[in-house]
Amino acid sequence: MAEIIQEEKGKKGGKRRPKKLSTRIDMTPMVDLMCLLITFFMLTTAFSKPKVMLITMPEKNKPEEKTPQIPAWRTLNVLLTDNDVLYYYIGNADPKKPPLPDLIKSDFSKNGIRKVLLEKNKDLFTQITTFRDKRMSGKLVVADTTADQEIKKMKKDDMKGPIVLIKADDKAKYKDIVNIIDEMAICNIASYAIVDIMPVELEMLKTAPK
Amino acid sequence: MPKLKPPVRTPHIDMTPMVDLFSVLLIFLLLTASFRPQEATIITSPNSVSEKQAPDHDIMTIIINKEGKIFFNIDNGKDSTKHTRIDVLTEMGKQYNVKFTPKELNDFGHWASFGMPMADFKKWLNAKDSKEKELLQTGIPTDSVDNQPSQLFFWVRFARLANPNAEVAIKGDGETNYKKVKLVMDLLQENKVNKFNLVTNLEKQEVTLKDIPK
Repeated sequence: MAEIIQEEKGKKGGKRRPKKLSTRIDMTPMVDLMCLLITFFMLTTAFSKPKVMLITMPEKNKPEEKTPQIPAWRTLNVLLTDNDVLYYYIGNADPKKPPLPDLIKSDFSKNGIRKVLLEKNKDLFTQITTFRDKRMSGKLVVADTTADQEIKKMKKDDMKGPIVLIKADDKAKYKDIVNIIDEMAICNIASYAIVDIMPVELEMLKTAPK
Repeated sequence: MPKLKPPVRTPHIDMTPMVDLFSVLLIFLLLTASFRPQEATIITSPNSVSEKQAPDHDIMTIIINKEGKIFFNIDNGKDSTKHTRIDVLTEMGKQYNVKFTPKELNDFGHWASFGMPMADFKKWLNAKDSKEKELLQTGIPTDSVDNQPSQLFFWVRFARLANPNAEVAIKGDGETNYKKVKLVMDLLQENKVNKFNLVTNLEKQEVTLKDIPK
């Protein structure tokens, strides 16, 4: 231990003097205890609070409103299936109007769907990223809420970016959905929606390249 | 010249500053700590870049584990005089003709997430040890019986009635089948919840202008 109290050898004979006792307290056990307590608290506490991702779904059973017309070249359909694979195609798949578009295989990696999305969303992405960089470097000083509004406005005004329709079949995993929504956030996609998969698309998945 | 003898001393380290430091750390940890509540099931959340924090209060969580079992949790809200959980359970009891004693209701107020059909609810509340409790957690049924909406539907409905400010969070395991998650989302939408939070882990991803393919 840190302190070793040596016992004085008793002198024989002479007057017995009261022993001089050290006033020092050995703190080592206290330190041990503290260490234990700290370790215990460190292990039991949850430091990082869970994060959440907000998604808004379109209202269901709404009286039929006019469905917004989406130009076919802007529509990007993403089909999710098992084994971390995803397929995408551009435009509409209408069984009445063959030929059906070809499915292109992709994945969730950096060079997978992200490249496609970035390429399609070039303008908006550049706009938002430069705006954010300006704020980061201090060239532009605006409050967080104003910045958010500004970005929202940019997204709303964008007329060229893709409209992504996310469709998942029964084999898809929950993490795939989260991953793809996350890709949307990374690539600053202005409009995307999770929609039900169409029967024709299920057929297309069957014949899709493995 | 007599030799100078250094006095024999015992090595001594003063521990007091160390104790001080540890006390400060300990107090800091105690004050900032929020204890992990005991969860009914183990969930590995998927990763995302979202930095939005989950709210502390006014949140109901639907937990879907790997096997597709569904669990439910709602907090008591910020106002400690309100007993949201107890209110919800009372309503559920009325709906399914299960009578709860005040003690059972009170006990339920302190628990975290749970997941079992209403038929087993009393058994679960009165279970003696955690192992017994765990065995009873078979998931909240999501199928509708006799044209009646499912039990999960009523849980969500009564939770919404008891605490209209509560946000809804879905905490799913990454490996859960999407079909099950979709079922829950549809059910939420039937309850007029169109905005939900998906619980994720933060994982930073850097994408710059250079990443745009030429």
